[in-house]
Amino acid sequence: MSEGKGKWIEEVREKAKRAIDKPSAFGLDLDISKFKSISKSSESISRDLEEKASEVGVDLSGRGRAGSYLQVDSSILMGSSLHEGVEVLPISKALELYDWVPNYYWRALDVDMDKFTALSELKCSGGVFIRVKSGVKVELPVQACFYLKSSGLSQNVHNIIIVEEGAELNVLTGCASPRVGEALHVGVSEFYVKRGGKLTYTMIHSWSEGVDVRPRTGVLLEDDASFTSIYINVNPAKTIQTMPIVHLNGENSRSSLVSIVVASNGSVIDVGGEAHLNGNGSKAEIVSKVIAKDDANVISRGVIVGEGYNCRGHLECRGMLLSSKAVIRAIPQLDAKNASATLSHEAAIGRFSEDEVYYLMSRGFSEEEAVSIIVRGFMDIGPVDLPPLLSKYVKWVLDNVSRKL
Amino acid sequence: MLEISDLWVEVAGKPVLKGVNLKIDYGEVHVLLGPNGSGKTTLINAIIGDPRFKVIRGSIRFKGIDITNMPINERVKLGIGIGFQMPPKIRGVKLGDLLREISLRFGGKSNIDELAKSLNMHEFLDREVNVGFSGGELKRCEVLQVLVQSPDLAIFDEPDSGVDVENLSLLAKAINDFCGLSDKPIMRKRSALIITHLGYILNYIKADRAHVIMDGVVACSGRPDEIIENIKNHGFEGCYRCLRERVNG
Repeated sequence: MSEGKGKWIEEVREKAKRAIDKPSAFGLDLDISKFKSISKSSESISRDLEEKASEVGVDLSGRGRAGSYLQVDSSILMGSSLHEGVEVLPISKALELYDWVPNYYWRALDVDMDKFTALSELKCSGGVFIRVKSGVKVELPVQACFYLKSSGLSQNVHNIIIVEEGAELNVLTGCASPRVGEALHVGVSEFYVKRGGKLTYTMIHSWSEGVDVRPRTGVLLEDDASFTSIYINVNPAKTIQTMPIVHLNGENSRSSLVSIVVASNGSVIDVGGEAHLNGNGSKAEIVSKVIAKDDANVISRGVIVGEGYNCRGHLECRGMLLSSKAVIRAIPQLDAKNASATLSHEAAIGRFSEDEVYYLMSRGFSEEEAVSIIVRGFMDIGPVDLPPLLSKYVKWVLDNVSRKL
Repeated sequence: MLEISDLWVEVAGKPVLKGVNLKIDYGEVHVLLGPNGSGKTTLINAIIGDPRFKVIRGSIRFKGIDITNMPINERVKLGIGIGFQMPPKIRGVKLGDLLREISLRFGGKSNIDELAKSLNMHEFLDREVNVGFSGGELKRCEVLQVLVQSPDLAIFDEPDSGVDVENLSLLAKAINDFCGLSDKPIMRKRSALIITHLGYILNYIKADRAHVIMDGVVACSGRPDEIIENIKNHGFEGCYRCLRERVNG
């Protein structure tokens, strides 16, 4: 590693050390000192793991995938590509292999953003590096699975995805845990999409009630780059707080963040998305749909900052309450800093109407079936820019969720 | 097939139906006329069992079974289908998907594509249910859903209101075919109850019997052409007069 690059890593670590007690701007603060970051047990692929993985869309046989990465606690069990022009490596290996990786290391996200970014730097327990080379277009998804199974553990991962000029990549990430005691998942992800590149990122979360979840995501888009993110949370967690930030630096760059959150059983969830429309003609859309049942408590945030000439942004927050003990709060925010910016938002929260339920019952559906049809409709994300395999898969996940509600 | 006796129904604590009697036999098509607010829609909501329409007296029997206190979906399973006047939107649900689910629940024998074509609705199968539909499209969509259910008794609430002539003849043809009105009367098995404010649909459908509902009671029943003729000449005002005279006399 050249001296300049080594210096960056040192700088980053120093900043991280100073931020290790810094609470997050949003969400419940956590005492991170109680978690250990390395699990001693050696891991293998168990039946439980296979089942949970398939629930979040990960096929451990690797069939129909351009590459696979699998991490259980802090053990990396898979990390390889099956497609020419695509690299899938553990992040530690990528740092060893290429001296340019620091150019993509804590560049889309500040390491001293809060104690969680700092923790993932100081006590990193893995993560995946994915790169697709310039001009290479891959329709089959690269899959990454993070499985958290040990109580008392904090799984601190750092992922980097690089889509080079004109390349196209689809990533499917599944994060899951079986029933565990207290555990923490910190997932730092940095995505770099270069000129004319295209990245779609589909992430399914299926945690359990003891797990605190703190993903930290930063995305940098160059000219004409496009980024689509679909986030679906299907099971209760203890707490989740995440607010991906997309920097649309390039001219005519595009970003679409869609999240569908099903919150139940005491989950405290604070999710959102932030788009900075810096490039001229850049365009962003943030859509969130929240379903809260039992005594779940959800905050749904959205921030769009319009700075570039003729930039456009739209925020949509929709919430459906399935219980009178649940709470949803929508906080949309628009900052227009250029007179030619067009920013808009709509927010609506409520219960479904009796009219709809009785209407569907008059077509022969039971009350439960009627509610499930309405909820499934609510979760529908309409046409999204995903390859057919992934849109079919997203539909399958949502069908399953609505059946379980 | 359907027998309603002395039916009293309350909506939001107020009595709307005050002793309705109505009988529809197998293979018969009846129309229900009446001014706005007379209780037509309340009657059909009570037949289907919408819990917001509370039966406080009387009974509804269908195929000999007392359905007065049955949940909506169980009545529907017995063979009642209903086309609403103002159906709600079901966002995010495609009409085609909904029709397939409905069909599955009723034996899966309906040819959805063919039925949709017959009602000029085939281009709507990929659309969200009732979202952005025009008046005529809503009516066609309601009739389509009922046809997919293939009920023994079909009820249509004002299929002719706010609909142009072209749509009306399309709807009427579908309802005629459904009821087998081109067959000999003895061959007809299915029944229908059609609510119409002004009776336009009677220009297209040969109904067996007409009823006028006034102030929550069936004020008059008889041959459809005769009743329509009277309403045309004297308006519903004439029915009121007649009702008053009979009550007082």
